[in-house]
Amino acid sequence: MGVFSTIEEEKKKQLNTAKFQSERKVILSAAVPIELENIDTDQIIPARFLKATTREGFGKNLFRDWRYENNDENKPVKDFALNNTIYSGRLLVAGKNFGCGSSREHAAWAIKDYGFDAVVSSFFADIFKNNALNNFLLPVQVSDAFLGKIFEAINKNPGTELEINLEEQYIKITSTGEQENFDINKYKKTCLLNGYDDIDYLLSMKNEIEEFEKQPTH
Amino acid sequence: MSNTDSYNSEQNLTQAGGDRSLSLFEKIWEKHIVKTIDGGPSVFYIDKHFIHEVTSPQAFKGLEKRGLKVFRPNQVVATADHNVPTLNQHLPIVEELSRIQVQTLTENCKKFGIELYGLGHPYQGIVHIIGPELGVTQPGMTIVCGDSHTSTHGAFGTIAFGIGTSEVEMVLATQCLMQSKPKLMRINVEGQLNKGVVSKDIILYIISKISASGATGYAVEYAGSAIRSLSMEARMTICNMSIEMGARCGMIAPDETTFKYMKGRKFAPQGEAWDKAMAYWKTLHSDEGAMFDKELYIKAEDIEPMITYGTNPGMGIGITGHVPELNEISTEDKPSFVKSLHYMGIEPGTTMKGKKVDYVFIGSCTNARIEDLKMVAGFVKGKKKAKDVEVWIVPGSKQVEKQAVEEGINKIFEEAGFLLRQPGCSACLGMNEDKIPAGKYCISTSNRNFEGRQGPNARTFLASPLTAAAAAITGEVCDVRELLAN
Ligand code: SF4
Repeated sequence: MGVFSTIEEEKKKQLNTAKFQSERKVILSAAVPIELENIDTDQIIPARFLKATTREGFGKNLFRDWRYENNDENKPVKDFALNNTIYSGRLLVAGKNFGCGSSREHAAWAIKDYGFDAVVSSFFADIFKNNALNNFLLPVQVSDAFLGKIFEAINKNPGTELEINLEEQYIKITSTGEQENFDINKYKKTCLLNGYDDIDYLLSMKNEIEEFEKQPTH
Repeated sequence: MSNTDSYNSEQNLTQAGGDRSLSLFEKIWEKHIVKTIDGGPSVFYIDKHFIHEVTSPQAFKGLEKRGLKVFRPNQVVATADHNVPTLNQHLPIVEELSRIQVQTLTENCKKFGIELYGLGHPYQGIVHIIGPELGVTQPGMTIVCGDSHTSTHGAFGTIAFGIGTSEVEMVLATQCLMQSKPKLMRINVEGQLNKGVVSKDIILYIISKISASGATGYAVEYAGSAIRSLSMEARMTICNMSIEMGARCGMIAPDETTFKYMKGRKFAPQGEAWDKAMAYWKTLHSDEGAMFDKELYIKAEDIEPMITYGTNPGMGIGITGHVPELNEISTEDKPSFVKSLHYMGIEPGTTMKGKKVDYVFIGSCTNARIEDLKMVAGFVKGKKKAKDVEVWIVPGSKQVEKQAVEEGINKIFEEAGFLLRQPGCSACLGMNEDKIPAGKYCISTSNRNFEGRQGPNARTFLASPLTAAAAAITGEVCDVRELLAN
């Protein structure tokens, strides 16, 4: 991809590419299902946990109010998927319009910090999708029908593994062999596969941005 | 939630190549593209960047880690709003983490040379209220903030949207973002509004029709005679809630109402600069023949005072309507619907009228401008609140508060038994002390009724300031029109 050719070689070396490359291409894992629609960012991470000034440690409050009764860590809600030991894995599967609501990136941080590498849903809210991508959390958007099949497979066998291949852009239910392709912006795919983030690219554009500013505006 | 009785018609149009008719969105969009990557996003230039204490600290940390300065500090404006107390603002913030967050903002602004309207400053307030109020927000601009209700500023004919903290860092570092062009939708609201129906009802009605995800991926332009007839403040309420149907942004073309509002504001252009700006601003409208991917038509007469019954803003009904029956909900929507109603303690098929409320919250970037407070004051003048109801009025900014006092509105509130607090986000998101207790019902002029939004297990009914004020007087959800008639 020529997209990143403008980033100086030096900058490239600094990037932590090794960390992402191999593990990013394919994720093979069981999944944790939350079969609800319109899961908003206030549920993912309630506002009272946004008082931190760092990015770390949000995982322990992920879905806080669905996870614990009366906010009490000693009282986990038994049948909530995150507490249900029959479910495990690095993938979260949820109903449509996942991540609607606030722009808080803390939602993506919490999901990532908890240990998820991808979220599968049939529809994502815009800002959440951007935030996820900026944190190397892969939003995989599938059709309603395929999402139904995933839930069905997990309901039958909670250990069902899903295979997500970013390079080739498909997601597969390993137990049934059914698969579907998913979309991802070409630029963002390169970012994810190589561990680049937007800010590296934008910084490489500084001169062009300054030129742009000289144009007579309105 | 899908709904069947609906707007008149809906058209799907594809963009015609080489057509010179441009939409309002496209006119502003094209002026801000630094470069477009082949088949990818564009480097998109941002004119104004608002920041606040909650979503900025990690961005500044990121800058420091990279050894960067803020690229254009004078295009950034900061305020403290999300986390601040709304009583005794002259005292140090009691809650430690909130205090640290507000302090961190103060230190970062000092270090990076950013103008801060912090606690105690006469311009402090909710970020989306102070931008327009100060004339910082101007037609034709691109505006971002680490807050989803940045769409508010679209009421001036701007492209304004919320961003995450990584993006806050990008804008601080380069004044740019990577953006893909959204699809375009125009929503036309034609005709005259019924008595007791205000702009909040228009937007709650639209969201109830197209659902909480109905505009995801779209930039929405609001047009039509009913929109044109609204004041700037009422227009802001509509654009504010665009995000509640998933829209990237909401916008309204600037017109005489806009220019009149802007003239003389603190940071609005003056003298010759004003004339030049006006000449440009007048070009900011969708041309005849501009293409939209989707266009909706709504009759203003169809809109009643609205109320929400569920846990997303799309779950709204007209005040004389009823909560859907289970058999009106599709199979796939059922689990969420049932969970939502269970949380709210509401039965399918019932009416909302007569539902008891415990709290009334009049505030937030949706409805805490001076007009909102005046509307409430005008309605409650000479009336008293119901005995068991607690009423919080939280002005959107220091300036709103000041004007409320100068005009004696605070007296009217006092006599009615309402408490006028100090500016901030307050019970809109319950990050400070202003939380609705578990299980209690709050009728709120804010924008979100999510589970726990106003406090763990709090239950929220979203409504207009008028409908909320009516509930404050009667102690229950009621049809404000019946009280207006008396
Ligand atoms: S008032 Fe509510 S919606 Fe508006 S900026 Fe504050 S928290 Fe966000």
